[in-house]
Amino acid sequence: MSTAPPTSPSFHAPHGDSTHSEAHVTSIRLLLTIYFILVFCTVLTYSVSRIDLGQFNIVAALAIAVFKASLVVLYFMHLRWDSPFNALAIITALMFVALFIALALMDSVNYQPLLKQTPSAIGP
Amino acid sequence: MSSATTEETTHAAGHVPNLAHHFDTLEQQNFSAKLGMWVFLGTEILMFGGLFCLYAIFRHNHPAVFAFAAESYLNTTLGATNTIILITSSLTMAWGVRAAQLNQRRTLIVCLILTLMGAAGFMVVKTIEYRAKWNEHVWVGQWNKYNGYYDGKYAQAPPAQPGPPASALSPLPAAPPVVPHSGDANTGSDISKIQPRYIGPAGLAQPGASDQNQLTGDKEEQIAERYRDLSDKDQWRVSTFFSLYFLMTGLHGLHVLIGMGLISWLIYRSARGDFNSQWYTPVDLIGLYWHLVDLIWIFLFPLLYLIH
Repeated sequence: MSTAPPTSPSFHAPHGDSTHSEAHVTSIRLLLTIYFILVFCTVLTYSVSRIDLGQFNIVAALAIAVFKASLVVLYFMHLRWDSPFNALAIITALMFVALFIALALMDSVNYQPLLKQTPSAIGP
Repeated sequence: MSSATTEETTHAAGHVPNLAHHFDTLEQQNFSAKLGMWVFLGTEILMFGGLFCLYAIFRHNHPAVFAFAAESYLNTTLGATNTIILITSSLTMAWGVRAAQLNQRRTLIVCLILTLMGAAGFMVVKTIEYRAKWNEHVWVGQWNKYNGYYDGKYAQAPPAQPGPPASALSPLPAAPPVVPHSGDANTGSDISKIQPRYIGPAGLAQPGASDQNQLTGDKEEQIAERYRDLSDKDQWRVSTFFSLYFLMTGLHGLHVLIGMGLISWLIYRSARGDFNSQWYTPVDLIGLYWHLVDLIWIFLFPLLYLIH
């Protein structure tokens, strides 16, 4: 009925098109640009792996992978235009993974020489 | 589209389609759905994080094992192909979300079908790779010839004569009784028994071997040579690399399969006309999931296939 006061909707959603007004629409041009950068990076990581850089092979591979992942998260997954809460959720997870791997690796690096000195203690 | 007045009356009547009653607006509903999805993706990252941790420690402690196994058995071309396939399907998924936002139903369906085809293509390539591992006897556990528990009865090459190419790939000629897997796998002595068998009669030395046999024989000879250069302990660890490989790619492949199911469901619903620019949350969320699957592969590819 026309007597119903429209206060509630107008309070929460000033414009009727509520979902749409907030959502950012990525342009096709940007999507394709990101896509071609990703393909280029794949070729790049393949080529770099052919060159012997010693220790830096893994560093280069991971750096490129992190760059590619950032592009996917920021543009394909829209995080650049999303709520910071979502970024918080994912960054927290990444930080804990980093912490987990770093601490476990530190432990292993510390004890491995000891284990190597006493081969009988660890079996094969 | 709907004018402001109709929008308001529907709100007032509490009949906004797809709006659950415990949310005030579609915007709020979509916000919390997305937050929930991102938290879920965080737990996914944590789950794969455990495997990446295992990988980091194992590779750091035994680099020679990784170099041997990856260079000898992993097909970089197929891995790179799969990377491109997944990135492309990520693009079509992102495009699909855009189409949903803009109410382009036909584009949305086309994009989703392309994404599904990308996922299927990925699984086809993965199957080819897994099959090759099976034929080369580098599966897991007792199906891995580098494992102390290797059981040759699963790897029977049929005829004594050099047969079809499939059997040429097999390292085992119809064999003398196999090393029983009751032995202590940790002694390393089983390895010394396995080794000559797979270098042996299927290789160049076989009289009357076909050209194809010679080619595969060459490759196997090289692999065997590198294998002999590994230390005793590292020889034993080669099968562990394959356990890790199958665990990581297998868990990822499972995600791809689940994604295929979800995308099929999206295709069905968008063909039914369930989505519009006001409400496309399922497309959005499954899109996020699909990008995460792509993301994990972006790390798996260099870490597993590009080791030297």
